[in-house]
Amino acid sequence: MSATAETVTPAGRLNLTRRQVALGLLICAIVMALARPILPEFLVRVPDRAILPYDSFLQSVFDFIKDDLGLRYLTRTISGGLEWLLDVTANLLYGKRRWPNLGPIPWTAITGASVVLGYWLGGWRTALLAGGTFLWTALIGQWKLAMQTMSVIIVAAPLAFMLGLVLGIVAWKYPRFERALRPLLSLLQTLPFFTYLLPAVIFFKVGPPAASVATIFYAIPPMVLMTILGLRKVPDSVVESGHMSGATRWQMLRHVYLPAARTDILVGVNQVIMLCLAMVVLTAFIGMPGLGAKLLSLMNSLKLGRSFEIGVTIVLLAITLDRLSKAWVVKQPEHFARGTPWAKRHIFVLAGLGVFIAFLILAQFVQVADHISRKQDLSMGKEIDGVIKGFLDIDAVQAVTGWLRWFLITWVLIPLRNALLWLPFMTVVLFFMAIGYLVGGWRSALIAGGFFFIVALTGWWDRSMITLYEVSAAVLLASVIGFPLGIAAAQRRGWAQPVLLACDTAQTFPSFIYLIPAIMLFGVNDVAVIFAILIFATVPLTRYTIEGIRAVKPEMLEASDMSGSTRAQKLWHVQLPLALPTMAVGFNQAIMFAFFMVIIAAFIGTQDLGQELQKTLAGNQLGKNFVLGLCVSLMALAINHVIMRWADERKKRLGLS
Amino acid sequence: MNRESPVIACKHVWKLFGPSPRKYLASLPADRRFADIQKDGYIAAVRDVSLEINRGEMLVIMGLSGSGKSTLVRCFARLLEITGGEVLVDGQDIMSLTEKQLIELRRRKMGMVFQSFGLLPHRTVLQNVAFPLEMRGQDKHDRRERALEVIKLVGLEGREEYFPRELSGGQQQRVGIARSLAIEPDIWFLDEPFSALDPLIRREMQDEFLRLQNLLQKTIVFITHDFDEALRLADRIAIMKDGAVEQCDTPDKIVLNPATEYVAKFTREIEKSRVVHAASLARPLNGQTPTGKPVAADATMHELARLLVNDTRDSLPVVDAKGLIIGGLDRQEALDLFLGSD
Repeated sequence: MSATAETVTPAGRLNLTRRQVALGLLICAIVMALARPILPEFLVRVPDRAILPYDSFLQSVFDFIKDDLGLRYLTRTISGGLEWLLDVTANLLYGKRRWPNLGPIPWTAITGASVVLGYWLGGWRTALLAGGTFLWTALIGQWKLAMQTMSVIIVAAPLAFMLGLVLGIVAWKYPRFERALRPLLSLLQTLPFFTYLLPAVIFFKVGPPAASVATIFYAIPPMVLMTILGLRKVPDSVVESGHMSGATRWQMLRHVYLPAARTDILVGVNQVIMLCLAMVVLTAFIGMPGLGAKLLSLMNSLKLGRSFEIGVTIVLLAITLDRLSKAWVVKQPEHFARGTPWAKRHIFVLAGLGVFIAFLILAQFVQVADHISRKQDLSMGKEIDGVIKGFLDIDAVQAVTGWLRWFLITWVLIPLRNALLWLPFMTVVLFFMAIGYLVGGWRSALIAGGFFFIVALTGWWDRSMITLYEVSAAVLLASVIGFPLGIAAAQRRGWAQPVLLACDTAQTFPSFIYLIPAIMLFGVNDVAVIFAILIFATVPLTRYTIEGIRAVKPEMLEASDMSGSTRAQKLWHVQLPLALPTMAVGFNQAIMFAFFMVIIAAFIGTQDLGQELQKTLAGNQLGKNFVLGLCVSLMALAINHVIMRWADERKKRLGLS
Repeated sequence: MNRESPVIACKHVWKLFGPSPRKYLASLPADRRFADIQKDGYIAAVRDVSLEINRGEMLVIMGLSGSGKSTLVRCFARLLEITGGEVLVDGQDIMSLTEKQLIELRRRKMGMVFQSFGLLPHRTVLQNVAFPLEMRGQDKHDRRERALEVIKLVGLEGREEYFPRELSGGQQQRVGIARSLAIEPDIWFLDEPFSALDPLIRREMQDEFLRLQNLLQKTIVFITHDFDEALRLADRIAIMKDGAVEQCDTPDKIVLNPATEYVAKFTREIEKSRVVHAASLARPLNGQTPTGKPVAADATMHELARLLVNDTRDSLPVVDAKGLIIGGLDRQEALDLFLGSD
């Protein structure tokens, strides 16, 4: 109390000095950049002799853990169990020859059951969506691929859920554990996916087990965070009523906390499922068969028509999984009048089973109901290919894409890239220190500047700057589109909802998907990479802008209307200032998305960290993989820290948090 | 109120919030005031409170928000650990109980109703009411039977299978009341049970509550910020400000003799004649016996108004329920209550 009382009064003066210090740091950075020609070499790039072989250090640590400590035997045992589970689902879903040798389940049975599930969860719309998705998948001839993907999700998602839930509960119960866990979770959320894949391959068996381990690790963090959030949000009165009812600790958790936190925990489940799908698709890079692998190979051979079809399947699958799990979040238990017969209370279970068995029987007699063979599928890959190529051959289209390619490369990408590469590394470090200091004092300055300094010390500075350039170019372009789009949509009553829905839907797509249109339009080059990141990053920008503006209280709008402000004045003086912290959160998410996407784009042939990361995959260079992964992660974390710190402070000041 | 030992007795209870409250309390000089303590970085939610609550009595703790009333009742139930002093429930120091004993105490003896109801959103009315019974491991049929009984008692018959979100605020609080009564507690805590309700519903619930209390005769600690509600329900009222009890007395005495300026602020706007009973104005007889038609001890001045104006006697005999004269009512003094004494 007394501390705040003291800092409240001289806040103005304190602020000024903070700004001055930041300005000082910034001037240092600029001076260093201007003086580059006469700057001592060690301020421009960390000299080679100062770069220690961190990758070999890490490699030997990993080797020690793996071989000498025998961790590998432990992980191989675990992967044995995992493999057994995966074999069961693989057998049931696509008939891999393993115990229990029952599968594959006919596609009609799964589709039928999913329609009933969809109806139970969310009525006719979700029923149609679920049924339509599976029907499409089967008819287009991708049933087996989709089931290969699903067989991993079905194992990985529940495991990630359970691990996340337990970790979340422990972290909620023991704040000290939470403090230790939080940085680890942020690191996990920013590590490039290659850094998930390689350890998974090395410690677990190649193929489905490694894929599921990478997927599980990738999906855990949001589950942990949502669990902590949900448990914290349980109202005091509910907790106290539990205590006053004489609940023991276990009873409190089981009967009070977890059920009361149901909604947030289920939101966590939704995120787990979506992240699992996104990651499973990416495990194509370590040879996991399924939709992702097929897509990867089709794109590599530029078969755009089939790629497009697979893209649609993945998108439909994503929307279905998302909508079904979201319907589950909002679904409330319903009550039946006393004396309702058992069959009526369990009507949906019975109906689901009935449909399932009926199709199971039907499939014994009708081949099409069992599986759709290659000749029967309705794939039109070649035709679509033709259409796409025809479209791209139109002169106008070619002119537009050609001009865009030329404009972006010559006027945006190359200048930005050369500038970033030209800058002395100390300028970049000091720049981030200045911003960090401005938003959060010395601690933030050290985090933001320090992280970049570490990146410089690893010796991967140039590659890191190329990564940063791709990210910043794409996010800047995305801002030019996303912010105005969001502002425009938020102004009109009829627009906001559809645009938000589109954003929500687009956010459920696995990131891999965004490369399809990019490659279609621009071919395999830097512009395609930037374009893929750009669409991916525009989504959160638009979405958070709309949400921020719409969250402005109606009283404030009425007050500004009554003060006689024009629309533009209202926007500029009332809506935008209040929406800015939320928009900053969207900007941050856009950057995080961009860091993620830029690594995926490696297979197009970038020259950044992602490319190097992809190479480590082939050479099993775990040490180098981690060093590179950390570079990506540290840059992302530094930027994340600065933006979120600013947004939090600003929200607090505006009384919005 | 016979002289058996009080059900709840708290002695010099302190509850401080802050970095290391126990240490701070030990070093606290006696004359330190609420604002001074706040300057030291601590919130004195409960300051040196001593109260006794007798069997079958309804004590209403009244105070504005932030006065520490809710904190105090949580100290009685040990939902919060007190910083200093002691709380005795049936003569036993509840701070000395182990977790197991505390849980047992709550399972057998205490019930509590919350301002924001505290219903478990995932359970039906029936399951909510049966919750405390389930916690203590009662047999399924028993607890269903008992839960249905209390649900009927609070007038929610037919809604057993509803979920809380399907009920109105008043109905939800009825569920909260039913739940707190399910275990047949001796001690009933009600933390602003009706504050979240509309005025009309509130009135209805107060009547309902008085009916229940006549039926059940529990020992009650009732929290409210509404002085009218306090006057209406209480046997005794404790008025709190900044964590300390300003005055603890019967409604009559608080209205007639507010102990502090703060208490007087509340009583000033009150129509005293509706609160003060003949018994509390009755003077000792000192030998002379007033004659004529007596007035009942539990009649309010408001009920006697016409009589007081028309009668010509200086002093009227006051009789208790058994018809014994307990004192004389000074007519002039009684009329002053309506007209002001100056």
